Amino acid sequence: MKRVFIPNRGEIAVRIVRACRELDLECVVGASEPDLDGLAARQADRVVCLGPGPADASYLRDDIVVQAALGTGCDAIHPGYGFLSESPQLAARAREHGLVFVGPPTEAISLAGDKLAAREEARGAGVPVLPGGEARSAEQARELADRIGYPVLVKAAGGGGGRGIKRAADGQELEAVIGLARGEAAAAFADDRVYVERLIESARHVEVQIAADDHDTVIDLGERDCSVQRRFQKVIEEAPAPALSEATRGRLREAAVAFARAIGYRNLGTAEFVVDADSGEFFFLEVNCRIQVEHPVTEAVTGRDLVGLQLRIAAGERLGFAQEDVAFAGHAVECRLNAEDIARGFMPSPGTLSLFAMPGRPGLRVDTHCFAGAAVPPYYDSLLAKLIAHGDDRVQAIDLLLDALEDVDVEGVQTNRALLQSVLGLPDFRAAAVTTDWLERTLQ
Amino acid sequence: MGLSHEDVREILRIIDETPLEELRIETDGFSLHVRKVGAAEPEPESELEVESESESEAEVESAPSAEAAAPSERAARADRPPPAPPARPAEDPEADDGLVTIPSPMLGTFYRAESPGSLPFVEVGARVGPETTVGIIEVMKMMNSVAAGVSGTVVEVCCQNAALVEYGEALFRVRAGEVQ
Repeated sequence: MKRVFIPNRGEIAVRIVRACRELDLECVVGASEPDLDGLAARQADRVVCLGPGPADASYLRDDIVVQAALGTGCDAIHPGYGFLSESPQLAARAREHGLVFVGPPTEAISLAGDKLAAREEARGAGVPVLPGGEARSAEQARELADRIGYPVLVKAAGGGGGRGIKRAADGQELEAVIGLARGEAAAAFADDRVYVERLIESARHVEVQIAADDHDTVIDLGERDCSVQRRFQKVIEEAPAPALSEATRGRLREAAVAFARAIGYRNLGTAEFVVDADSGEFFFLEVNCRIQVEHPVTEAVTGRDLVGLQLRIAAGERLGFAQEDVAFAGHAVECRLNAEDIARGFMPSPGTLSLFAMPGRPGLRVDTHCFAGAAVPPYYDSLLAKLIAHGDDRVQAIDLLLDALEDVDVEGVQTNRALLQSVLGLPDFRAAAVTTDWLERTLQ
Repeated sequence: MGLSHEDVREILRIIDETPLEELRIETDGFSLHVRKVGAAEPEPESELEVESESESEAEVESAPSAEAAAPSERAARADRPPPAPPARPAEDPEADDGLVTIPSPMLGTFYRAESPGSLPFVEVGARVGPETTVGIIEVMKMMNSVAAGVSGTVVEVCCQNAALVEYGEALFRVRAGEVQ
């Protein structure tokens, strides 16, 4: 592996460029037209224009991405997150043309994309899943839900990442929602299959970082808690997960490794679980076949470069360390600074950054692609920067992050900074008494 | 049944010479649908769609500026990549020298001729109209013809045959003016 193609943008493209440099790999960034002047494009050895701004004409075209990788002499593709990062079509096409796809086997990506199939695989591997199952009709859904108890969630088999989820408090609501859910699933994911699962009302979102090489080593790099969410989108993430008994933590990590082994997983991935905050029970949700936005908190507490690890595993190298070599130090908290207008219902706020000043502190890391004068185009997600604070303990990390946010100075677009500051200061969050519905309840 | 790109181009040529407006052939594992768009216009456009279950699947389209001519028809066909978006206008489409750039409508491999042995579509000095095919961009074996989009005389060929071109990259420079 000598030259890596990066068909992505934003902070993750910058992150991958940096990882390539550290491994002495050349890199070519495939950017849309508005991103040609972006930071990743500037830092890469070369940039090529994939297409115009809208992602479906540029970052989402697997044919153009593979053509561009081949045409620029790359021998690998690192897809980053979002866009085509979990597309079995891209992985298959890249591999057909002799390119290394930095990610798991194509079959694992396909399986992970089918949330219903992944759920059954998990169950088969002895990993607990929520009571529920596929609902082919309103009657079947109702029958299922009457048995498992309300409230329930209706989820799209082709969804994931918080998309395609509906809640039903009783049988009447369920019947009203199921047809809509199927229609929306068909439109959004070209797959109208939905399934019903029991809703854990007091739930934490905990996920386990998996790493597997081509030489039969499968390990985990600990867990992260991402319970501070708004509309199923993560706002604040941390590692290790607070308020988790050591026994539960251990079982979670073992379950994730067992699942990865069962499906022949390779490279880095994340197994997501819901943990019942009251009982401590946990259930498998889905597996993500890519680097996560929140990977830096794991990097902070383990001291390991996860993107570098992805590249080395893809090149066929051994992990080079065993499970017992994975050690954890301190606590890390990440917050996502987004271009959002809080006053207007968190509407994305594109524009041109007239000022972009980020803090610096010992123990603080800022991952960003933004700079003063840069445009925040309207086509993509609104993430401006990730701020990651690493302290000896949770309180120290939170206080460091709060202090750092004081020095965040962004003009030209609206940001969610005030929201991040208030969450980090709230007693519930500081006491780690936060569940996935907490932020939205608090906002009301 | 398999078709080479040459076969498809040959079919296209034959159909272009006939007064047919639409042709549909379907046999086992093979279907061919050709439709001319705007047949009344001086340079008829044709669209060709080939579906084949065999290994040597071929898909070719020859539709000079079909995006501009028939966006709704193309958008309605879901089983193929979206049409090439109009290329970004050159920073300064009519620079001081009065030349206009023909930009690449997509990233891909640029071919100046229909096939390796053929003459280039256009050379320096060639007169082009908006519908004149000036090259082909290949993306993963999909051939997309490029229309000049402007009337005038070609004064510069900016890209080599079989080179990777980016979206918006200059393919030709044209001195704009009415073609006689």
